[in-house]
Amino acid sequence: MAFGAFGGTATPVAEPAVRKRSKVALILLLPGILYLGLFFLAPLFSLVLTSFQAPVEFGDVGEYQTAFKWENYTAVISTYGEHILRSFVFAATATVFALLFSFPLAYFIGVTLRRFPLVQALALTLVIAPFFISFLLRTLAWKQLLSDESPFVSFLNTLQLLPEGAHVTGTAFSVIFGLTYNFIPFMTLPIYTSLEKLDLRYVEAGGDLYASPASTFFRVTVPLAAPGIISGMLLTFIPAAGDYINASRDFLGSTSTAMIGNVIEANFLVLQNYPTAAALSLVLMAAILIFVSIYVKKSGTDDLI
Amino acid sequence: MAQGSFAEAGADLELKGITKRFPGFTAIEELDLTIPAGSFFALLGPSGCGKTTTLRLVAGLEDATAGQILIGGKDVTHTKPFQRPVNTVFQSYALFPHMTILENVAFGLRRRKIADATAKAHEALKLVELDHLAARKPQQLSGGQQQRVALARAVVNRPALLLLDEPLGALDLKLRRQMQLELKDIQQDVGLTFLHVTHDQEEAMTMADTVAVMNKGRIEQMGAPEELYELPKTAFVANFLGQSNLFTGSVTNSNSESIIVDVAGRKIEVPRVRAQRHAGDVTIGVRPEKLMLHTDAPKQLAGINLIGPGRVTDVSFSGVSTSYQVAIPGLGQIVVFAQNMVFGPVVTAGAEVWLTWTTDHGFGLADDPADAPRFASDTDTHALAVQKREKLEAELEEA
Repeated sequence: MAFGAFGGTATPVAEPAVRKRSKVALILLLPGILYLGLFFLAPLFSLVLTSFQAPVEFGDVGEYQTAFKWENYTAVISTYGEHILRSFVFAATATVFALLFSFPLAYFIGVTLRRFPLVQALALTLVIAPFFISFLLRTLAWKQLLSDESPFVSFLNTLQLLPEGAHVTGTAFSVIFGLTYNFIPFMTLPIYTSLEKLDLRYVEAGGDLYASPASTFFRVTVPLAAPGIISGMLLTFIPAAGDYINASRDFLGSTSTAMIGNVIEANFLVLQNYPTAAALSLVLMAAILIFVSIYVKKSGTDDLI
Repeated sequence: MAQGSFAEAGADLELKGITKRFPGFTAIEELDLTIPAGSFFALLGPSGCGKTTTLRLVAGLEDATAGQILIGGKDVTHTKPFQRPVNTVFQSYALFPHMTILENVAFGLRRRKIADATAKAHEALKLVELDHLAARKPQQLSGGQQQRVALARAVVNRPALLLLDEPLGALDLKLRRQMQLELKDIQQDVGLTFLHVTHDQEEAMTMADTVAVMNKGRIEQMGAPEELYELPKTAFVANFLGQSNLFTGSVTNSNSESIIVDVAGRKIEVPRVRAQRHAGDVTIGVRPEKLMLHTDAPKQLAGINLIGPGRVTDVSFSGVSTSYQVAIPGLGQIVVFAQNMVFGPVVTAGAEVWLTWTTDHGFGLADDPADAPRFASDTDTHALAVQKREKLEAELEEA
């Protein structure tokens, strides 16, 4: 599965150096390079330019001119620092919860169901099944399910488990819940691909060498599944940090749960404050890049365990 | 197993009435086996005979359907693998790919919280002469080196019982020989009990003190390698351990010393103590290297069996010895191994020859000739499973 390729650095095998530069390889790469240049590098360049723009003097709202206004960045960080922090905390929490749900699920499908290929295929389909329905619709459905009038909330109210006048939607809980729910397949599939290949003879060897089942799990199974866990966490954390659907007021969030994605959306589309939105986007990008490279470096296969 | 300490010495292993059934077939039937402490014991048999299952039962990787497993007198039948004072050298080595060689070897020591795990691991690696590779990962080592690491990883724990699951199978001949000797040395040095499972009869014979030949979930015969080779009791053992020339006939005469068997009109004498059956139809045999080739008809002497004349149909030269195929009317093809005392073969194909052997070298088998040939090529795992399945289906239809 394609997800496996993401963290497939488990066994660094020295590949023979390609000496001859093949023209065929270059031709095959060309469409990809063109596509990236046109739709990634060019917009990125434009985004950087926009982030330094200054408002046109006596101009209309949304009119900006090319400038070199560094202050955009400092302003963005001081104004929206709270949102940036919140984005990372929410994304990290959702990633941890998604991992806690996904690992047992992936283990069950990849290892326990190994002897029943048909059931295994069915279970995998069920994991992917939510994708058959739009992401927006699913999140809206959760808004309904968690709304004040829903059976779930009235049940909690009947048991007096919720404080007077409390809501479920619009809270940090519901946003993290939504993020976790939406990204579980992205976490489950890469872990599944790792565990599916897990050679159970290593687990047997662990038991043979006096490791209790728990010890074997943490010292043998988890490290061997690490490529899947790492790619699953990246696939969950990166999009979750920039997500603006779950935290939006129209879905599971409220103004008090706004994440960086919501702020960017508001600045671009509502306030037409393009330089601020562009600077925020670049700050988010840089933050994720730094965060992820530290994570990948730390969890690099050589340092696992 | 006690934390923080090694086993004092090798322990004896006792299997009592062990039966293991898998859905659809029985791998082991009512197996009783005692392996004394400190011995090197080999379970020998073709694939699918139940030897690996036996090993896995002892290691705790499979649960017995019935019966008891005792290690050093302690019942371990219902304990988990990590609680047993047993270590295994797996056929696949199963070295943890995410750990270095040193971490692999120290793994068991660390789990048991034994002091100086790193120093002891280095010592074990020195024993297999791989200490200089301690920082490498398993996939950077050759097959033979990995095998030695697997051995070090098991031996370093000083288990009361060390299980070896065809550990030399993947090695080339020269390396295998070297490892056989090293294993034997290690076993004598550390005084552990070794249980070695293999399908390689030569490996079993050169290394083990006691060999048990297994077939279809049962032990056919057990004893010292020389004893098994010189006096096989069943056709399976006679053919699985080396080669044999087998003849069937009925006993025509017997006294307190020997029995005389009529094989296609020829009288063949077998010592009574070397024969399992003394009346009726019997199968007797002799090893190919015990046969002497004669180009002139020898005199009939007491204490010598003589058959022939026959014709040499094939001669194949293998350096140390030459193997001759001799066709004798009524007796079929007979194999003769002769040492190359002169340069090259002594006769060529088509020559007329007579064969003799000392009666003391013959042996009589316990099999009923009516069942023979029970040694067929259908002894691999798949064929066995098919057989068992067919039998089960037949039973179901009857019911």
